[in-house]
Amino acid sequence: MTPSAEELSIVGKSLIKPDAFSKVSGQTKFADDLALPRMIYGRILRSPHPHARILHVDTSRARAHPGVLAVLTGDDLPVKFGILPVSQDEEALARERVRYVGDPIAAVAATDEWIADEALDLIEVQFQALPPVMSIEQAIAGDGEPIHGKSNVHKTVALEFGDTGEAMRAAAHVREDTVFFEGSTHLPMEQHAALAQVAADGKLTLWTSSQTPHYVHRALGKVLEMPMSRIRVIATPNGGGFGGKSDIFSHELVAAKLALVTGRPVKITLTREEVFYAHRGRHPVLMKVKTGFTKDGRITAMQFQSFLDGGGYGSYGVASTYYTGALQATTYAIPRYRFEAVRLFTNKPPCGPKRGHGTPQPRFALETHLDKVAEELGIDPVEIRLRNLPKADSRTVNWLRITSFGLEECINKVVEGSGFLKRRTSMPRGRGLGFAVSCYLSGAGTAIYWNDMPHSEVQLKLDRNGGVSLLCGAIDIGQGSDHILAAIVAEVLGVSLEDIQLTTADTDLTPIDLGSYSSRVTFMAGNAAKAAAEKVRDRLFEAAARALQCDRDELVARDHRIVRRNRPADGMDFAQAVQLAESDGGVVTGTGSYTPPKLGGPYKGSGVGPSPAYSYSAAVVEVDCDTRTGEVRVPEVWIAHDIGRAINPMLVIGQVEGSVYMALGEALMEEQTFRLGLHKFPSLLEYKSPTALETPIMHTYLVETIDREGPFGAKEAGQGPLLPVIPAVANAIYNALGVRIDEVPITPDKVLKAMNDKAKRVGPKSVPAFDFPPLIKADVPDEWKGK
Amino acid sequence: MSIPERVAVRLRVNGEEAALMVPPYKTLLEVLREDMGLTGTKHGCELGECSTCGVLVDGKPFLSCLSMPLDLEGREITTVEGMSANGRSHPLQIAFAELGAAQCGYCTPAMLLTAKALLDRDPHPSRGAIMEALAGVLCRCTGYLKIFEAVELAASRAGTPAR
Repeated sequence: MTPSAEELSIVGKSLIKPDAFSKVSGQTKFADDLALPRMIYGRILRSPHPHARILHVDTSRARAHPGVLAVLTGDDLPVKFGILPVSQDEEALARERVRYVGDPIAAVAATDEWIADEALDLIEVQFQALPPVMSIEQAIAGDGEPIHGKSNVHKTVALEFGDTGEAMRAAAHVREDTVFFEGSTHLPMEQHAALAQVAADGKLTLWTSSQTPHYVHRALGKVLEMPMSRIRVIATPNGGGFGGKSDIFSHELVAAKLALVTGRPVKITLTREEVFYAHRGRHPVLMKVKTGFTKDGRITAMQFQSFLDGGGYGSYGVASTYYTGALQATTYAIPRYRFEAVRLFTNKPPCGPKRGHGTPQPRFALETHLDKVAEELGIDPVEIRLRNLPKADSRTVNWLRITSFGLEECINKVVEGSGFLKRRTSMPRGRGLGFAVSCYLSGAGTAIYWNDMPHSEVQLKLDRNGGVSLLCGAIDIGQGSDHILAAIVAEVLGVSLEDIQLTTADTDLTPIDLGSYSSRVTFMAGNAAKAAAEKVRDRLFEAAARALQCDRDELVARDHRIVRRNRPADGMDFAQAVQLAESDGGVVTGTGSYTPPKLGGPYKGSGVGPSPAYSYSAAVVEVDCDTRTGEVRVPEVWIAHDIGRAINPMLVIGQVEGSVYMALGEALMEEQTFRLGLHKFPSLLEYKSPTALETPIMHTYLVETIDREGPFGAKEAGQGPLLPVIPAVANAIYNALGVRIDEVPITPDKVLKAMNDKAKRVGPKSVPAFDFPPLIKADVPDEWKGK
Repeated sequence: MSIPERVAVRLRVNGEEAALMVPPYKTLLEVLREDMGLTGTKHGCELGECSTCGVLVDGKPFLSCLSMPLDLEGREITTVEGMSANGRSHPLQIAFAELGAAQCGYCTPAMLLTAKALLDRDPHPSRGAIMEALAGVLCRCTGYLKIFEAVELAASRAGTPAR
């Protein structure tokens, strides 16, 4: 049974996280802070062409350059790789073809970074330029040479749950909207870095700024053609990730190969410009949403189409494609649902997962669409959503299992807090309020490699004087996962955070955690930590019960003691219990694992979307628009998040505030645009992101629904709260100015253009003609049959 | 280029004199990190755009990625390592830890030093003055609010002994 807040001493408290002082003192060692004796430096030569055939690479002058110890080309690393088993389409160094400006071609290791840079200039590459494909429309048109294989189409999806066509014909009201989300990049402040070392016995160690050391481990084994048992991957604390460090990157494989070739430790740190090319950021997505309603605003059917601009390689793209259609029905009870999607290759840096992976784009489409429908039907934006909410403990038409459900409470909090309903009709021109809601996963229910093994594992070892060693594959990327693990274990064992020694994300030492992606660590590694702690506590209770001559069920662990619940004076110190248990049965260790329940529906593609629990968010955003310049300022935001239970409310609020910040950057300023195949803004100065001066007042409300499967009832916090903010900005601008900007980012020029437009709108007018494959008519859950 | 020439440079960092031989083209950022082992100073762009590399020179915020060590002889350089004294954290460091103002921690050293320069000049700054002072230092994690609150907390404790 889940304990109440009063029974908890660490979980639920805003305590200082274990790594806080190391971070504020500058002692945290990020990947580029590491240096080893005899270390040399690697640099990578990248393509200046968006699309070209490589005819010849001449490295002889670079090899002869003093200080250069090795030069690699694609022939040295010929095995292809990719994060998803179905998309093994990348090469560490391109051999025959480059597919975006920045695609790696060759690498140099030298005694000095400057020398390595000079050597890159000495590598001569002969290219045959090919016409680049720079847009969704161009990719579909398919003129010129396909980027991969026989066409630019990477992935298509065509699914239908119930007969949406019939429902549309019968609907009292039908509306269709077309919108575009341009995409953006993660922009972590730390550039990616990796350091490789080969020991005298031939064993390779790679330190890397990665959210997913387990998948890097797999890729190193594959590409280097070495057994994984001879490779150790250590993820260093990430200086921000946001999804941008959850792929396998060329520089990780190249650093390892250079270390193997030279026998010297090799470090590669990307420049800021290279980080823009490494990308794997938010996909540009063109979307069409069509929904049928009853006259009182209840959804009868939805048809959703997504066109994803994937960039040059597959990356997570297959999953991203499905995600653009996965979570529509977790916020609204949609009885019949059709989803068609296509991901296209283009000659841009590869897109992948950024905070909210594949779901902020359709959320933008859906939430602006619902506001438009509400206006047409004469219903207020809050009411139309309330009328369509699903229920707790229900299933969506596409088979997603909803358990705890706090969306209604989230809506009430922000609507009341902001005075939304009253204030939105009484604001002066230029000022407005917008509202939107959303949902996100607490971890992907399906692993990237399909198998029956746990997704998270934790190992504990207790010390004779009461210390607790905690080992887990999870890596802290700033989200506070170290704290979550330590807090859960400390809570169960009745010790303090300071007693927990963390070792994380080291493939030699720590049991598996699949990585810090899909908002999975609190839920999955948290459950594994809880299970491990309960196991070792059982051993302590057993030994203590014998000594105290009581029943073990009478014992509790708290305040560094094991005591009888009803006679707290009757007990012993925690360390004493450890000593007794160790005397009884040897070293006191325990492991815990977490495997999510099998939740996917009976159709192909059902692996993307299921999660053991969904978080919910609602937001109200206030805007202040300058009608002369088109500039949009956000003075205030109200946001509520259904966190299940906040293991550390201060850290959860930090995740919510960071999500709001990132969403506002995406909504209003971050531009991922290209000119002649070149990224227009590959620098921190010109790729505009919000500064301290743009920070709004934020009112954060945490809603606790105590999820029955979450550790102590917890769900995710890192990604979900970003989602409602972007459409709420667009809805607020409509409220302020009466213009619809159906395109993200909403830059001042678009606002001005819309104000001067006859239809008071900026956005795509249609989607390109595309032959989606025949619809797969999926079975629907019994409760939806006949609806 | 063959093996780079080195020049002698004397720097005063965190109150200590250091005599170094470094290639003349190396920036202060590189010398601090690579030649002095002071890796608390980070880099975000090495073009002067993000202030992640911020240090203090004679108490004022300075971009170490654009500074040449030879130009800074005789000046007082402070890095995050110099913020705590005798094992005691600066009130700003304590407040940042207490309020969760450091998430990934990567911009934190520059944020702390920039805030320190502000508080040294204006011990009780308004929220607006804090926003203005920190506007050049980019943070992608926090949304800045907890940072503002931490600076205010540290300011409110001014005069009270450090932990």
